[in-house]
Amino acid sequence: MRELQRRLNRSGRAARLQLGATVAIGAVGTVLIVAQATVLAQVISRAFMEGAVPSELVGALLALVAIALGRGLVGFGFEWTGRLGAARVMSELRGRLVERILFDRPGDPDRRAGAIAAAGVQGVEALEAYYARYMPQVALAALAPPVILLWVLPRDWHAAAILALTFPMIPVFMVLVGKLAERSVRKRWSSLTGLSNRFLDLVSGLATLRAYGRAEAQVETIAAASDEYRVQTMATLRVAFLSALVLELVAMLGTALVAAAIGVQLASGTLQLEQGLTVLLLAPELYAPLRQVGAQFHASTDGLAAAESIFEVIDSEPLVRGPSAVAPATGRVPDPACEPLLLRGIGFSYPDAEQPVLENLCLRIEPGESVALTGPSGAGKTTLASLLLRLADPTAGELRCGSADLGEIDLHAWREQVAWIPQRPTIFAASVRENVALHDPAADEDEVRAALAEAGALRLVEALPDGLATVVGEGGRRLSAGEAQRVALARAFLRDPSLVVLDEPTAHLDDETASAFDAAITRLLVGRTALIITHRSALAALADGVVELRHGAACRVPGGSSPTSAPPQPRELEGTLT
Amino acid sequence: MSGAARIGPLLNLLRSLPLPRRRLLASTLLGAGAVLAAVGLLSVSGYLVSRAAQRPEILALTVALVGVRLFSLLRASLRYGERLVSHDMALRALGELRVRFFSALVPLVPGGLGRRGRAELLSRFVADVDRLQDLYLRALLPALVALLAGSASVLIAFLLYPPAAGVLAGFLLAGGLVVSWLGRRAAREAGRRQAAARAALTTALVETAGGAAEIALAGRESDWLARVKTCDRALVAIGRRDAAAAGLGNGLGVTLAAGAAVAMVAVTLPAVSDGSVAGVLLAAIALLGLASYEAVAPLPAAAASVDACATAAGRLEELTSVQRPIPEPPASGPEPADGPLHASGVNFGYEPGSCLLEDLELRLAGGESVAISGPSGAGKSTIAELLARFLEPQSGSISLGGVELGRLSEERLRGLVLLSAQDSYVFALSLRENLLIGNPRADDEALIGALGRVGLGPWLADLPGGLGAELGEAGANVSGGQRQRIAAARALLSPARFLIFDEPTAHLDREGAEALLAELAREAHLSGRGVLVITHETAGLDRFDRSLTLGAGRLG
Repeated sequence: MRELQRRLNRSGRAARLQLGATVAIGAVGTVLIVAQATVLAQVISRAFMEGAVPSELVGALLALVAIALGRGLVGFGFEWTGRLGAARVMSELRGRLVERILFDRPGDPDRRAGAIAAAGVQGVEALEAYYARYMPQVALAALAPPVILLWVLPRDWHAAAILALTFPMIPVFMVLVGKLAERSVRKRWSSLTGLSNRFLDLVSGLATLRAYGRAEAQVETIAAASDEYRVQTMATLRVAFLSALVLELVAMLGTALVAAAIGVQLASGTLQLEQGLTVLLLAPELYAPLRQVGAQFHASTDGLAAAESIFEVIDSEPLVRGPSAVAPATGRVPDPACEPLLLRGIGFSYPDAEQPVLENLCLRIEPGESVALTGPSGAGKTTLASLLLRLADPTAGELRCGSADLGEIDLHAWREQVAWIPQRPTIFAASVRENVALHDPAADEDEVRAALAEAGALRLVEALPDGLATVVGEGGRRLSAGEAQRVALARAFLRDPSLVVLDEPTAHLDDETASAFDAAITRLLVGRTALIITHRSALAALADGVVELRHGAACRVPGGSSPTSAPPQPRELEGTLT
Repeated sequence: MSGAARIGPLLNLLRSLPLPRRRLLASTLLGAGAVLAAVGLLSVSGYLVSRAAQRPEILALTVALVGVRLFSLLRASLRYGERLVSHDMALRALGELRVRFFSALVPLVPGGLGRRGRAELLSRFVADVDRLQDLYLRALLPALVALLAGSASVLIAFLLYPPAAGVLAGFLLAGGLVVSWLGRRAAREAGRRQAAARAALTTALVETAGGAAEIALAGRESDWLARVKTCDRALVAIGRRDAAAAGLGNGLGVTLAAGAAVAMVAVTLPAVSDGSVAGVLLAAIALLGLASYEAVAPLPAAAASVDACATAAGRLEELTSVQRPIPEPPASGPEPADGPLHASGVNFGYEPGSCLLEDLELRLAGGESVAISGPSGAGKSTIAELLARFLEPQSGSISLGGVELGRLSEERLRGLVLLSAQDSYVFALSLRENLLIGNPRADDEALIGALGRVGLGPWLADLPGGLGAELGEAGANVSGGQRQRIAAARALLSPARFLIFDEPTAHLDREGAEALLAELAREAHLSGRGVLVITHETAGLDRFDRSLTLGAGRLG
């Protein structure tokens, strides 16, 4: 929790100016509070002790009205600038979220787009309370009490001493109690989240429970789990609320002690009522900012949970060395259609993952050769594809094209030579034309048509209401899985790549569509180096050779070549060194 | 984000929910007591210093001195007590809400919710149910406390000087009602105006995150970053105006809180001057005004909470008032004789007038294995849900052993026909508990046997914890393929007479799929049960007694 807060505060620097203004406005508010106490005490004391008639006090009363209005203005400004500052931080966080995704981890297979969108919209919005109110309030809680204390001191040093002694007890006790609470909370946390997730789990699996005739029986489980959750939560809360109890207790006892001290001094004649009342009015205000901190923290806790999901992305390790890290010393970009791809001792593991996905993998792909990659799910086929596309960089070993290390080639120059057709290509909410010409929005319309024709999709597109200009994807015309694949294929044709990577492109197509697809893929493979991940034998047969990936190691399957290809070439069986 | 949250569903809900009367009353009393203790502390302090200024015997101040300390101790402990009791109340309410909405949801799943977006619907359902606990804690309780503590403060003011009570009542009402109303209106406006910008940002983010690889490969990262930033700027620009509206509400609240004391002093001054109110009370009246505003201060937040609860309640009502996909089954019914599961002359369409399945004939006898294949969207899963009576045909009959499925009780039907759906769920429980859902009476040997049959034997042998291994949230510790195999094992364990598998191999590679299909086909011959498998695979179907193809609404 503390770690997270530190992280949040670091991000808050983006809006230093606005948040500073918020604190400054809060400080003005403190001065107004002091003024209000002073003038109000004066009015009361003059009316009561000196018998001043109302007409003599009109000026002071008007001043009080002005102060009340001024405090309103401060209240307005505090909230307003706080929110503006928060908005600034929120924009910054969104920007960094997207930068991390696009530039550093474009190929992250675990990413769920819906979760990212939720983190980027609702998650970031939930942080508003933290930046708009909590952070300025913390600064104010450090600033306001000394100001008030300085005003109290010359009027009644007894009261000032009481305040100065009690006030620091609050943070001290809160830290002590907080430590205690944290320990007890952490102990219970996992069981608590488990219990609160139980309901989501049961609801998510309701269809399954019902199929087995066990849904009704779960009502009791829910009741029991809710009850256990309540009992455990209450045990945690009993400790957690102690810090608020301490705060409240010290603030109230401090005020009571000040009142008693003032009373005794007034009775003995060592203090004037006006001074005493001023101090009495200010005593609760000394503790108020700290109490606000507590309340605002409570209100911003919703955001803290969301913050974890945001920082999880923003602080994740880059999977690819970005263009900035590249030293374009040679400047020459090798062409995978002319030079072989060499994988030597390649390993890949995700940061924080225990097990590497790929380990000590060796493979050579000749220029113009197409290799089918098979193997059980989880063997690392898609990861291997990401390495060739430079959506991720290997964490061990050497990946070369000819004599050049891929990691030292300009990232974009390399990617310009590759095309990728995944299992489920993304269709963007844009026209068909923009979707096909993704890499080059200025592409000639005839070229786009030609690419669509090569992909066998031209007739389909021309049948659309607006032809190439038809908007597809979210909010437009939905494309079927087969249509989406054809658009992705046209994308690849338009790109005219040297290296083609196909990742189960036909997995979601029925057999008829899939075989129609194979013909277009055959055209795409001509003269290009290719890696084809597939379970379908018909598609694998299009390749010149088959490589089987098992537990992160590659193995050439001898003679596994297509009937159409040239005589089986000699295979370097460099695989399985693990 | 509905801009127009209707309170209607919320009121209906409130009426039908058992109100936690005792705990609500206790929390209200404790909460109001805490506010009044602070009011007492400050007012008595004001009186104390004023009285002391008249320099009486110190003994004359004893009561006030004791009172001040008592109030300060009371305040802290009452607040602590209120928090504990009210949270206990909210958590109890949460338990009841969960039970209630879960029971309402049971007959609607899976048939009533449609297939698309079901997972999101259900997770929103859970969030909405959880949201409703705020109704007690953050809406109802602050309102009751405000009412009680506010009235009591006005009463105290009345006892001191009636016109001051009138002023206080005015300020409290303005603070409680006007500021809340303004705040609520501003929040609604903001929600309404931001909805479109927020939706645009969501779409941009979904596309960016979903298509990041394609965007990066096309070298268009900067364009998409710029797009997200444009959407973000639009949202921020709207937010800036809404921030001003929110600031206005806040400022008004602060002014009213500060103004109450000033106004009360102003109306009391003439009375002090003409002697009808003792001057010694003036400070007490001022401090009463300062302290009692706390009673209404939480109301704007409570109003916002009401809106959030109303939105949640509205969505829940909408979800649970969906028409049941099938009429309520009888509580008891006949025990069907041995005999086939028989669909005859069945017509079905999701929309009135549309027809997905036409004059469907299907007969599945005990000991028989049948496979149905066909293109996606042809209605294969619909056949499965009809046979398991999660849906009801528009016409035609589905019977088991000569008894119409509609005449069977839910319990008996589920014991006879089992549908292992495509998205069969793996719970965040142990492997053993997940399998026991299939048959609670199965022993470990049976469980291990079933896992072996679906090809999970080697996996189980390597699995730390074995059958006791926890499978994590939503089966996060298992791959898609393993999840499907676990679901298949669970179905094999079930004692049902007819087993229907919907796409049991979608996440398996070809060899794995063929082996599993063969095992399912074998089950029919081994156990004498009827096995129906629905699949888009075409290989491996020769192991089945019959293999049918669904096309154009008909089986062939």
